[in-house]
Formats: sequence, structure tokens, C-alpha cells
Amino acid sequence: MDPFHGEIKTSVPEIGRDLPRADGPGKVTGAEKYAADYYGENLVWAGVRRAGIPHGRIRSVETAEAAALPGVLAVLTGRDVPGTNRQGIVHKDQPVLCRAKVRHCGDAVALVLAEDRKTLRKALSLIRVLFDPLPGVFEIEEALKPGAPLVHEEWKDGNVLLKAVVRAGEGASALARCPVIIEETFQVPPQAHAFLETENGVAWQEEDGTVVLVVSTQAPFRDKWEISHALGLPMEKIRVIGPFLGGGFGGKDGATVQCLLALSALHAGGRRVKMWWDREESFIAGYKRHGVHMHCRLGARADGTLHALHSRLYYDTGAYAHLGGEVMALGMEHAGGPYRIPHTLIEGWCLYTNNPVAGAMRGFGVVQVSFAMERMMDLLAAKLKADPLELRKQNALRQGDRNCAGVTLTNSTGIRECLERVGRHPLWLNRDRWNREAGLFKKRGVGLAAVWNAMGYGRGLPDSALAKIEITPEGRFLLYSGVSDMGQGNATAFVQIAGHMLCQEARDLELIQPDTARTLPSGSAAASRTTYTYGNALIRACEELRRRIIGRAALMLLVDTLEDLDLLPGRVRHRASNREIPLATLAATMTEHERTCISQFLMPVVRDVPDTGKEFTIGFPHLLFSYAAHLACVEVDELTGAVTVKAYLAATEAGRVLNPQAFEQQVQGAVAQGIGYGTCEEVGLHEGRILTPDFATYILPGSLDIPDISSVAVEVTEPSGPYGMKGVGEVGTNGPLPAIANALADGCGVSMNRSPLTAEKVLEAMKLRKNATGGST
Amino acid sequence: MIVSFTLNGRKTAIDAAPDRRVVDLLREDFGLTGVKEGCGTGECGACTILVDGEPRLGCLILAPQLEGRDITTIEGLTGETGLHPLQEAFIACGAVQCGFCSPGMILTGAALLKQKDTPTRGEIRKALSGNLCRCTGYQKIVDAVEKAATGRETGGEEK
Repeated sequence: MDPFHGEIKTSVPEIGRDLPRADGPGKVTGAEKYAADYYGENLVWAGVRRAGIPHGRIRSVETAEAAALPGVLAVLTGRDVPGTNRQGIVHKDQPVLCRAKVRHCGDAVALVLAEDRKTLRKALSLIRVLFDPLPGVFEIEEALKPGAPLVHEEWKDGNVLLKAVVRAGEGASALARCPVIIEETFQVPPQAHAFLETENGVAWQEEDGTVVLVVSTQAPFRDKWEISHALGLPMEKIRVIGPFLGGGFGGKDGATVQCLLALSALHAGGRRVKMWWDREESFIAGYKRHGVHMHCRLGARADGTLHALHSRLYYDTGAYAHLGGEVMALGMEHAGGPYRIPHTLIEGWCLYTNNPVAGAMRGFGVVQVSFAMERMMDLLAAKLKADPLELRKQNALRQGDRNCAGVTLTNSTGIRECLERVGRHPLWLNRDRWNREAGLFKKRGVGLAAVWNAMGYGRGLPDSALAKIEITPEGRFLLYSGVSDMGQGNATAFVQIAGHMLCQEARDLELIQPDTARTLPSGSAAASRTTYTYGNALIRACEELRRRIIGRAALMLLVDTLEDLDLLPGRVRHRASNREIPLATLAATMTEHERTCISQFLMPVVRDVPDTGKEFTIGFPHLLFSYAAHLACVEVDELTGAVTVKAYLAATEAGRVLNPQAFEQQVQGAVAQGIGYGTCEEVGLHEGRILTPDFATYILPGSLDIPDISSVAVEVTEPSGPYGMKGVGEVGTNGPLPAIANALADGCGVSMNRSPLTAEKVLEAMKLRKNATGGST
Repeated sequence: MIVSFTLNGRKTAIDAAPDRRVVDLLREDFGLTGVKEGCGTGECGACTILVDGEPRLGCLILAPQLEGRDITTIEGLTGETGLHPLQEAFIACGAVQCGFCSPGMILTGAALLKQKDTPTRGEIRKALSGNLCRCTGYQKIVDAVEKAATGRETGGEEK
């Protein structure tokens, strides 16, 4: 017998204890079916002809040759799109198939349905698209210039999707009273989500006209609305099924293949149609993290107390709005870091360009500003000859403080505790010795970052979930999840909560993944919200179901009070008499209505909304934040500039921890993505064309690039959270870039303001410094 | 052309086009969708299968190259008596998040464990360096391979 047999026991899940992933067995055996694993008999393949140029008017799309190819079912262009032909979460500015003009290389101009992939590829290559090329906007600075080419001629504000201001206290004028000012500019490039399962789905039309999609999506319920709007299909004739995703990270929040697939289904005569973007298409047409330019002035008193901040932030949102304005809103809300800064002026410009479309990505606008703020904190510490950790602790937000957006923090605020935990850790205490032990031609440094990340949609958009749980007539439990699990593990959290509430073993709880025909709208898998919002709804649904089961048991056992009845795994017991009734017996007597409980939860919002950020219709401000203090131990090769992260520590406050293993998964994964963002990942662009369309040129960190990451949970109960938790999915992404940059300043004396911190950039910075200091390092 | 090989312990023969990629053959003709495709260019390792016990990439080899070989996919790693120790360890250690890399990771790890009883964490990281994971940061995957090798809990990176 192998030593592991029977080790993974199923038992009643406990809150606060490790629970192995509910989706683990299906995934390790290859049995779990992702959207990409759906095929079907008599399958049709669909594919897209992309613009290939960043900006141009479409003169004609010649499809006759492709349509005549044997094995081609249909070739569709913009003229074949019923409905508005417009997609977009907030602004409907993105065509399904372009009719008049293209605004980025990944724009779709034609859609082909074919019997097999070979024919599909051939047909796509036979389509001739004639363009009148237009000059494009590719740089942030260019977008704002008078006379710049317009990405959307009809838009009222030129290339400015959104201009907004967040102001607190006296704004920027308070800088005049600051004896110490740090002024810096920072630049960060776009990042790719690079989920391993690229955008895909399968769709078909049923006999009653309903279009069914199985799609890799973070927002199945919103997809319905997007498809309905773009294609003019009635909502009730669209069904979206969202299996587990092979990664999402924000890149599958919004329409990717959905409208194209639904359109395909309308032309496939009831056959199943499959669309699966290859990696290159995913790079070209998929969403990206925003590249941002930041100009910041941070002012402090001589004792290090932060006093004022003026930030100007320029977000390159690419060709379409997607969630650009909302990403910027969150960035602006976090621009001052987790610190008390009484006077702030944070200005933001979200700009259309002819670059790939930027949208949601883990750390949604916050990753970028965290780099700027945390570098400035270290520069301030250096200028004041202060300890960078003490400076952060001195200014760290406490419950009751106002944050940089002027919002009073009424809920859990654990950044100071996170910093204290880092301060007590050996990696911090022994840093000088560790630095000195660098080998020949190596330099070592240790850097810090204090970060935060809001949870939920913020004001203006109800952050709601509807949980549904059912006891089957056989006495098992069905848990209907309406919010996708893209890998973050919310599905397991739901099993844990329901198992705990109902005192049932995990194996007796069956999870149903999002399906707009079976589960209930619960919002998108986004904003670190899934376990918080759905979990809160689920607790209430389980409470009601528990009451009903106990109540039914009382009837059946002829007991006239409920207090003596215990719900136990598979049964209810009457304590006084030790009589038991199996759930199967009990549930068989209940009607369907009695067996199902539904409950809604709405995330609380900021009541005392500051009089600023009025330009944001949704997504500002937020009530709840998670916090983290990070530490990176970095080694640099003096000869090559290569940066290696040798050790990493993340102390995270995200309320109470429901499942320590799942918590660590999120922290480690977020840090790894942050290390990639900090050291090697960059979507290379030249005039709107992607120079890095594959994993040979877009470098993801591998198993040799990420060190072991120590995760410390700083538990502070958040009273509004399910069992006191807050979302932990995103906050960890925000720390690595600034922590590594600060470590480089510590170890090599270089101040890096542009990311990623590649060997070339670091080597160049070291050379410049060497020249400036006359050869001494 | 007819290609004959052993697939997950069973002899099989199939009529396949000579330019058919093995990842497509296994997924579409055999329904073995545990073989994932993440890049199609041999960079990510999601389509890893074992060919005569060695990790190989299903997106880079063609059907005729299977002739006479012994092929194992993730579906074949699961024995009749239950999960492979490494599959158990992946679950126990929390090495699975989205899971799209898991089949390839597990097969690569299983091949390593056949060669070496107790690899170091460094050796494990090296062996897995051709398999990309976007979710985990690799640590719990390394933990899982180490646990499957030694049967004990892991103690982090060796110094």
C-alpha cells in the first residue's frame, strides 16, 4: 500500500483549518473538464481574421475566395452582425467585427466557420482586407497632444477616455509647506495575464433558438448581457456555462470569444462550434494590464510625517475602454499607499491609444502606483536618513484614519501589524549580514514594500451574490455557485463554509459551477470579492437550510423544541433520546421548495463619501482593504546585471484566515506574478504591434526564478466578513516590484524608475552610477 | 497511416495523418483531454506526456513518432488502485490552483521520481523548469514532489 493512501481524509470542514482543494482530485487526474476540453460530434471550428494593422479605415473585406473553399461553412463580416455590434463592460465601444475602421492590431474583421482547423486556417488566409491606413497613437504623451490622431473620432473628449481628480485636505498646495519633497517619474509597461488556458469556448444553438455557450469566463452572467446587447439576442435565449478556468487573473473578465462564438452558433445550424485562440492570438487580441506613466511629488515634515502628495497618472488603455476608467479609479484611490497623508491631489488620465486593449488584471491599477509610492518612501527614508521600516510604521494607516482619498477607514486596518511582523522576522533582522555574504561579483540588498488593495466593486455598482444550496431527496447537498473559480479556490471555500455550517463532510457536498440556467447571478470573479460576498450569502442560505432540516427532523421525531436536535454528518440526532434520523429519510419527505435555500448578500459600502472623484460613476471609493508588508532579498550579478530574488517574505492582513493552505496559495501565487512583473515580464510593443507574442519572447518566471516565499498571516477579524475574512487574491501582486526595486537601491545604490528590472536596465544603471561616482561603487 | 503504440498500458493502433500533432491526436481522437495545450510551441509544458517514461511535449511531436512507443498520459498515471503518490501529494500540499499545468507537472515530476528516489529541492526545481505555472509560484509543487519522494512534510528550501 502506498504511504499516501487514505491520507486525504474527508471530514467535516473546520473554519481556520487546512482543507484540500475540492477541485484537486479532478484536476490531478485530468478528469476536470475546462471549457477547452469540450468538443462534440460533428464539430465546427471558428476563427477570426485580425486587423494586423494598428489603425486604419476598412475599404473592403473580400471574402468570396475564402467562402468558396470546400469545408467552409460561413465567412462573416461586420455587416453580418445583428444587434449593436458593440461590446464593453462600461462603455460599449468595441465592435464584435469591425465595419468601418480598426483601432488595434487585434481587432476582428472577419469570422470564419469551417469543418476543421486546417480549412479554417486556409480560409482565414484567403480573406483580403483592404485598408486605408491611418496614423496611430502609440505613446501616452502623444495621445494628449493637440492634433493627435483620434482613436474614436466620435468620442467627446478626444483620446481621453476619463480624466479624474481625487483631492483630500488642501491638495497639492500643502507641498509648499513641506521641508522635504521627493519628486520622481515612473514608467511601467503592459503585462500579459498569460493564463495557461487561452481564451476559448464552445457554442451551439438549440432547437428553440437558445444559444448555449461553454466558455472560459470570469463573468458568465455579464456575458449574457454582453451577447444580448451586441447581437440583439433576447437575454432568455442565451445560456452561459462557466466551468473551472485554466487561469483568469482579470483577462477573462469581459468579452473575449463570447460574442464571436454566439454569432458563429447562429450560422452553424445547431452544430457545436469551437473557438480556441492560440497563444499568439491571445497575446494580440487579449486584454493587458495597463502601462502607466506616473509623475509624483511626495512631501513630508522633517520628522518623516507624510504631509502631502501630488500624483499625475497616465494610463494607456489601448484601443477600447474595457474597464480602463475603473482600473484608473482604483489606482488613484491607492496612489498614496497605506499611509496617512492629509493633503493629496491625485490626477488621472485614462487614454485611448492604438495599442492592445488594457483592462482588468489582478492588482487592478494598484500594482502600478504601488511601485511609485513605495520607491518614494525609500527615497524619503534615504533623504531623512531614516529606517525605511520605521518610516512606514510611523505613517501606516490605522483604523479611524482618513486614507489618501479622504475616506475614513472604519473597518479592519492591519498594515501596521504587517510591518511589525516583518520587523521581527530574521530576514529583516539579519539583513546586514546576509548582504555582506554576497559572493564574488555579486551585490545583495533587502527591500521593503507596504501595500494594500481594496475589495469589491466600490460605490456605484452593487457588489451582490445570491447563494443557493439544496439538500437532495437522497440527503446529499448541492451547492450552486454563481461565481467562477478561475483557480483562486473560492469553490473550495464555499464547500468549507457549507460543510462547516451544515456539519457535513466535504465529500457529501457537490459543487455546481456557474451556469446561468442553474445557478444565480453572483457577480464576476474579480476584485478579491468572491469568497467574501458569496460566502456571506452562503452562510445565510445555510442557516436557513439548517433550520429547515432540524425543523423537519422535529416533526418526524415528534420533538416539540429544536434545541435538543443536532445536525450531524448524514443525520439528525435527538440528544436526549439518542434517536437519529438519516438525512435521506428526512429529505425524501421535503418538497423541492423546502429543500432549497437562497440568500442574497450585498457588500457594505462607504457611507461617508468624500466630495471628490466625482468623475467616477462606479468603482470609487471602497470600504474594505487588505494589507501586506513585503520583503525581498535580492542578489545582482555585477557583470551581467541579472537580478535574482533569493528569498521573499509576505506578511498579509486579509481578515481571518478560513483555510491557511488556500491563503498561502493566493499569497505565493500573487507574489510570483509580481516577481514576474517586476523582473522580466513586458509586453513589447512597436507602433501597436506586439513584439512578444509567445513564451520565447514574453518571459514568464519558471520554477528556477521564484524562491520559496514565506507567508505570514496577520489575522485581524473583519466583522463584516464571513467568519471575519477579507479577500486575499490581489494584494500580494502589488508588493514585489517595489520591494525588489528597493532591494536594488539597498544593494547597488541604483534608483530604478522603469520596470521591469531586467539585467540590461540594472547593468546600465550600475554603469551610470559608477561613472557618476568616479568608479567607486 | 496506421500508427501502433501502447497508450496508458493498452496496445492501440490508429489511422492518423502524418502531420497530426500528438496533442491533437490524444485529445480529439482518444478523448484524453488531461493532455492540455497552453502554447503550441513547446514553451509551457502543459502538453507533457511520457514517451517510454521520458517527459515529451505533445505539441512538438507528430503521430508517426509514437510508433512502437509506450505512452503515458495523466489519465494513465492514475492506477486501478487509486491515485499515484504524486497526485495524492499535489492535493495534500495544495500544489493545484487552476490546475491547467498540473497534468504536465505531475508527469514530469513522476518521471523525475523514477530516476531519483530523493531529489533535492534544487533538483526538483530544475526538473520542473520546462513546465510553466501561472498560479502557484511553484513552491507547493516542489513541496509535493518532495513529499511524494520522501513521504514526509517539507521543510522549505535547503540553504
